[in-house]
Amino acid sequence: MKMDFEPASETDAADIVRHAAETGTPLAIAGGGTRSGLGNRVQAEQFLSTRKLTGIVSYNPAEMTMSAKAGTPMAEIEAVLAENRQMLAFEPMDHRGVMGTRGEPTIGGVFAANVSGPRRITAGAARDHLLGIRFVNGVGETIKSGGRVMKNVTGLDLVKLLCGSHGTLGLLTEVTFKVLPLPPSAMTIVVFGLDDAQAAAAMAHALALPVEVSGAAHLPDSVRYRFIGSSQPEGAATVLRLEGLAASVAVRAEKLKATFASVAPIAILDHKATETLWRDIRDIKPYADGTQKPLWRVSVAPSAGQQLVAALRLEAGVDAFYDWQGGLIWLRMEADAEADLLRRYIKGLGGGHATLLRAADAVRAVTPAFEPEQPAVAALSARLKEKFDPKGVFNPGKMG
Amino acid sequence: MPETIAFLEPKQSVLARRDAIIEDLADLLPEGCLISEKRGLVPFETDAFIAYRQVPLAVALPETTAQVAAVLKYCSRYGIPVVPRGAGTSLSGGAIPQSDAVVIGLSKMSRILDIDFANRTATVQAGVTNLNISEAVSADGFFYAPDPSSQLACTIGGNIGMNSGGAHCLKYGVTTNNLLGVKMVLFDGTIVDLGGKALDAPAYDLLGLVCGSEGQLGIVTEATVRLIAKPEGTRPVLFGFMSSEEAGSCVAEVIGSGIIPVAIEFMDKPAIGICEAFAQAGYPMDVEALLIVEVEGSEAEMEAMLASIIDIARRHGVSTIRESQSATEAALIWKGRKSAFGATGRIADYICMDGTVPLSQLSYVLKKTGEIIDGYGLRVANVFHAGDGNMHPLILYNINDPEDAARAEAAGNDILRLCVDAGGCLTGEHGVGIEKRDLMLHQFTQVDLNQQMAARAAFDPQWIMNPSKVFPLEGRPAA
Repeated sequence: MKMDFEPASETDAADIVRHAAETGTPLAIAGGGTRSGLGNRVQAEQFLSTRKLTGIVSYNPAEMTMSAKAGTPMAEIEAVLAENRQMLAFEPMDHRGVMGTRGEPTIGGVFAANVSGPRRITAGAARDHLLGIRFVNGVGETIKSGGRVMKNVTGLDLVKLLCGSHGTLGLLTEVTFKVLPLPPSAMTIVVFGLDDAQAAAAMAHALALPVEVSGAAHLPDSVRYRFIGSSQPEGAATVLRLEGLAASVAVRAEKLKATFASVAPIAILDHKATETLWRDIRDIKPYADGTQKPLWRVSVAPSAGQQLVAALRLEAGVDAFYDWQGGLIWLRMEADAEADLLRRYIKGLGGGHATLLRAADAVRAVTPAFEPEQPAVAALSARLKEKFDPKGVFNPGKMG
Repeated sequence: MPETIAFLEPKQSVLARRDAIIEDLADLLPEGCLISEKRGLVPFETDAFIAYRQVPLAVALPETTAQVAAVLKYCSRYGIPVVPRGAGTSLSGGAIPQSDAVVIGLSKMSRILDIDFANRTATVQAGVTNLNISEAVSADGFFYAPDPSSQLACTIGGNIGMNSGGAHCLKYGVTTNNLLGVKMVLFDGTIVDLGGKALDAPAYDLLGLVCGSEGQLGIVTEATVRLIAKPEGTRPVLFGFMSSEEAGSCVAEVIGSGIIPVAIEFMDKPAIGICEAFAQAGYPMDVEALLIVEVEGSEAEMEAMLASIIDIARRHGVSTIRESQSATEAALIWKGRKSAFGATGRIADYICMDGTVPLSQLSYVLKKTGEIIDGYGLRVANVFHAGDGNMHPLILYNINDPEDAARAEAAGNDILRLCVDAGGCLTGEHGVGIEKRDLMLHQFTQVDLNQQMAARAAFDPQWIMNPSKVFPLEGRPAA
């Protein structure tokens, strides 16, 4: 993608935005551009990327915090953390495979899109790990919010508001976030042959036990072989991850095995296989298929996930697998995007939301990527947008 | 009463209509849900920040969300300030009213609406106490994680208002990390639902903005919170040190080593004495500083973690190590810690600071705090959440001696500036309220605050919700 602006400092970024506000020039803003397809098409004439705004500003492993400029590549951050046996506990996915993009994902992009992976169910989302930000608002002012300490309730929490705002409220220039120790050991218990409803019950049961399951996903028969080879028992795979000190993981694994062994065939994946499996789940491997088939990310109450998919199957060609104990559904439609049908069913099952992650351009042009909000909430969001970006400079149209 | 912290000038137009307002509110609420007599209003004049008092114009105690909406709609129509109130346990004056305000208290909305074990959520009315949630789900093996010391009294609505923390947040996070959804009423009576039982919500994270907004964005009437499976076992262990510096550096090394206990609490010698006299928890009295470190899990896990922690403590010169031998002993250890504020209140008046600092600065900030207190000729007891750097110096003073009170307030402000200068913040879990309002410019620039106030105005353009709090009175946008 050709970039009109690639500021190398926060001051430069603020100057560019101020000028854009003065001249009424909308900007499409991005980090590395690997997630630019998220959301609706941006109506902007000029492009701004933070990818030259790079560098880890501070990192103190003993305090478990890091500050980095927004354009710092994820690869750099993950490498530095790994050297210190630490990680981003919220497990952000890499969208390149599934969205067919190239380039370097950035830490700013991760937080701007609130990208959170399988460990979300216990460790929290990206927004729960973001401690402080610096950003440029829509008139070119530089603002800071939050800080670098774990507990901070000083003033309004603009950190959470900006996280997941897809660059529509401000241009993130620096982020400070929590990091956690890498678990020294990990293991996955696989329960084979459960149908979607049985799997939902099994996952709920596992998460009610005092064994600290850090990942709970269900891989129906249609996708299971993309994750787990045919040397294992047949059928769908319900996978439960345990992490921690080796002795503790072993004890907890025994408990889980004892719980499910009488119900279904079981296998154990070791640390290495566990890492591969959960990276594949995180990155939606089966649907990173080079196609433009409509792909949805659906978030509902965990128990509602399989009910939703069962209802949809009666009316449309769908393929799906589940993360977050069943509450996060990756849903691939075989033909049309079926947005109305999907969103109607979600409402009927107690609420949640569906985001169109990928589709052909013609489909995206007529399908709102994000779930429409209730009118009173949409009005609040619109007023907030006006307060941060009164001239409509940032990513116009992206969030609808 | 000290005069240093100002309230907004009362609106004469509101005070002049007092009788009419009370009559109108009585029409909007069922019998027994409106307090307007002076004697009935006095209990609402302050909260746990007792140095300041203001008797409100009236107190509404609605029983339903619809009644909250009716009162707010009425107040916004006439520009009447509104101060939301849970149990009134705020340590920063977040619930202190003002003479032209209607207090909306949520104490009558105290029902648990839904417990959903399959999705591990509880949906409760805002007036349910923090501890009630854990008690309601305990028999089924669950708990609600954030545990402020006032959890017996404080409400979930107040917890959301202040984004409250507690001792066990080191592992499980604070309120915002455990909140999935709210039903709330906006300034003009509009009712909105944010979030729900799903783990995330579409569009802007309004829930994240509302949590910790100190009653300025609306009134939360219902909340959906995350439940967590109770660990198999928990064990608090006492570590005594001959200096606060040793204790502080021990904390930093435990966290740095990659072990994350559920809680690491710190007490200095005065705090140990006060808490032991109250709870008889068996705290060692011959040490200068005490850490309560709690681990959880199976017997084997706790053993393994404790072994590593004990190794580290030995390297930092620990002089006493005491493991709790029974559930009763463990409960006593926590009783002592959690009653620290109450027990301190038995021997003196106090103000409790809440600054948070990076762990590497703990020892330095403790030392400087002592110097500041000495400089003012005051006494201090330190008892706080060391694992996340959230300090709570309790500054002891005599509320009936105005000079002493002014000195305590000045010392507190110096300590909070010290926390900010050390890379931390003014408040980790108690909120800004009125207490720290006038220090906000020490942590933020006016431009930072303007952006926050603009976000506030998106929710409350009339600035009627808890209007004297959080933002310095100077520098606010023209009404």
